[in-house]
Amino acid sequence: MNETSAPTIPEQVMPSPFRLIATLGLIAMLSGFVIVLVYQITAEPIARNQREALERAVFTVLPGAESRALFRADETGITLLTDEELAQANVFAGYDNQGQLVGVALTGSARGYGGEVRVLYGYDPAAEKIIGYTVLQSSETPGLGDKIEDDPNFLANFEALEVSLDPETGEVAQPIVTVKEGAKTEPWEIDGISGATVSSEAVGRALRESTLEWLPRVVSHLDVFKQAAGEDH
Amino acid sequence: MAPDSLGFIFLNAFLINNFVLALFLGLCPFMGVSGKIKTAAPMGAAVTFVMLVASSCAFGINRLLVRFDIEYLRLIAYIAVIASAVQLVEMTIKKFSPTLFRMLGIFLPLITTNCAILGMALFQTFLEYSFIQSLVYSLGAGAGFSLALILMAGMREKLDLANVPDACMGTAAALMIAGLLSLAFMGFAGLGG
Amino acid sequence: MAADPRQPKPLTRQTLTEGLWKENPVFVMLLGLCPALAVSNTAINALAMGLASTFVLLGSSLLISLLRNFIPKQVRIASYIIIIATFVTAVDYIIHALSLELYNALGAFIQLIVVNCAILGRAEAFASKNPVRHSLVNGFGMGAGFTLALVMVGAVREILGFGSLFGVALFGEQFQTWAVFILPPGGFFVLSFWLVLFAVVAKRRAAKEVAHGS
Repeated sequence: MNETSAPTIPEQVMPSPFRLIATLGLIAMLSGFVIVLVYQITAEPIARNQREALERAVFTVLPGAESRALFRADETGITLLTDEELAQANVFAGYDNQGQLVGVALTGSARGYGGEVRVLYGYDPAAEKIIGYTVLQSSETPGLGDKIEDDPNFLANFEALEVSLDPETGEVAQPIVTVKEGAKTEPWEIDGISGATVSSEAVGRALRESTLEWLPRVVSHLDVFKQAAGEDH
Repeated sequence: MAPDSLGFIFLNAFLINNFVLALFLGLCPFMGVSGKIKTAAPMGAAVTFVMLVASSCAFGINRLLVRFDIEYLRLIAYIAVIASAVQLVEMTIKKFSPTLFRMLGIFLPLITTNCAILGMALFQTFLEYSFIQSLVYSLGAGAGFSLALILMAGMREKLDLANVPDACMGTAAALMIAGLLSLAFMGFAGLGG
Repeated sequence: MAADPRQPKPLTRQTLTEGLWKENPVFVMLLGLCPALAVSNTAINALAMGLASTFVLLGSSLLISLLRNFIPKQVRIASYIIIIATFVTAVDYIIHALSLELYNALGAFIQLIVVNCAILGRAEAFASKNPVRHSLVNGFGMGAGFTLALVMVGAVREILGFGSLFGVALFGEQFQTWAVFILPPGGFFVLSFWLVLFAVVAKRRAAKEVAHGS
């Protein structure tokens, strides 16, 4: 610790170094105690808040879904997770009230104007379309870049954004691209926001990279998602 | 430019998200020492140096905190490191340049409570930069802080000679200039995008 | 022991009110400007930031005032910073637990309360020299003054930049928002505007008093 940080004004009695260190040590212990206490008390509500925010987001991007299941997708395949393993989940499947698969929700991220933009999107494998989108985290400029969160015209892009897979190779046929506002002509293009070009392009990039990487894997394991519907809901 | 490239990280901290003019960090010394270019330049250099030291220390400490799963002590650990780093810089300057030491006066110890430095340490942690990236980030942040300080000082020196309405004298006028500078810096948006 | 003139001054109304207006940390002392500008783009953010800072101010004033005779002069700044950092960490977790949305809006600025000069300034200038009751009252006044200033800046920025106040839309659909006010430059402009307004009012009042006096 920095005992020397106080100005060295000459004093009548200079306390011993031991007393200085003891004081700082005592205060540090007290502070450690308080912090650990608060940490313990708040850990549960914080985890709950985060869980609830994520659940809300999953149901936003999968319109019509009534229940959901958690999965982890990696190199080895796709595994079903329990609710306690939420932190490891990176794929979410939503089911309607008959237990039919509505779609899967995946995350994507890209560097925007003010930092990382993380989005969650819902993909309907039957229609081969993105059917919903929400921003999980962004620090885009308020009033300009943060329009990617609530601009109605921009959000309309993600009601049915085509991402079809090539039947032969299983890869994405037409990668998503962001175009200038009003210039959208193809179903896989995103109509950008003028005045928020960097941010809307970041969204497009996040979706493109995530779909290129994950969709082929997800679609080839569709049975895993369909099967999970009967198990725990 | 790739968003993780060193060039972009530097540019981002230096101009696009300038610590003073876009993130509002380090306003106290910005308002306090920006009266004259002669003090503004060494202050900027001192802050940059402290930032570099604090950045590398913060990186190491964060590794330790994560390793032992005690991240809730991060704030306290960082502030202690920064206070010590400032002390170090103060002693160095006092030893090598007593004139400079007198000129910077009370603002040297105040670097401890300069939010730009703690902010830089916290941001580099949130952004999960590697060691080299952290160093470049802190260098950019320090350079950006110095640039803002020197630009501001240049304008305030001119302002001293201008005929300003009474009510706007002093801080109000300085804030207005800062606002205009900040507006100008908004123009760096998307640079290197 | 250190020569510490510990004549507890009587607890007066001044102890409370000086922080509210006469020595308002933002408008008069120009302390704690960073959070005052950085998170004041809406009135709600400003209010939350003000309350969080007030909580830290009260907590640290209480503890520092309690320990004022125990902490040696040489390590006082280090001790104060540890105490303040403790309360800030606590506030950080509490806000995170209360509302994720608010936590995301305030971002790193909650943790940056620790370097808010207004709080360290209070610790050094008041809490370390005065009894607990005085320190609490004074800290409360200062906190209230800080909150007031933040909300005043935040309200103007939100009205002009979003066309709303505390999230409630004030104008019709056709209101063209003035985006510059929620961007960084707007923060500087609005604070500057308030300072000019106060200077003008103070000048008017002084002129009136002179006129009455003569």
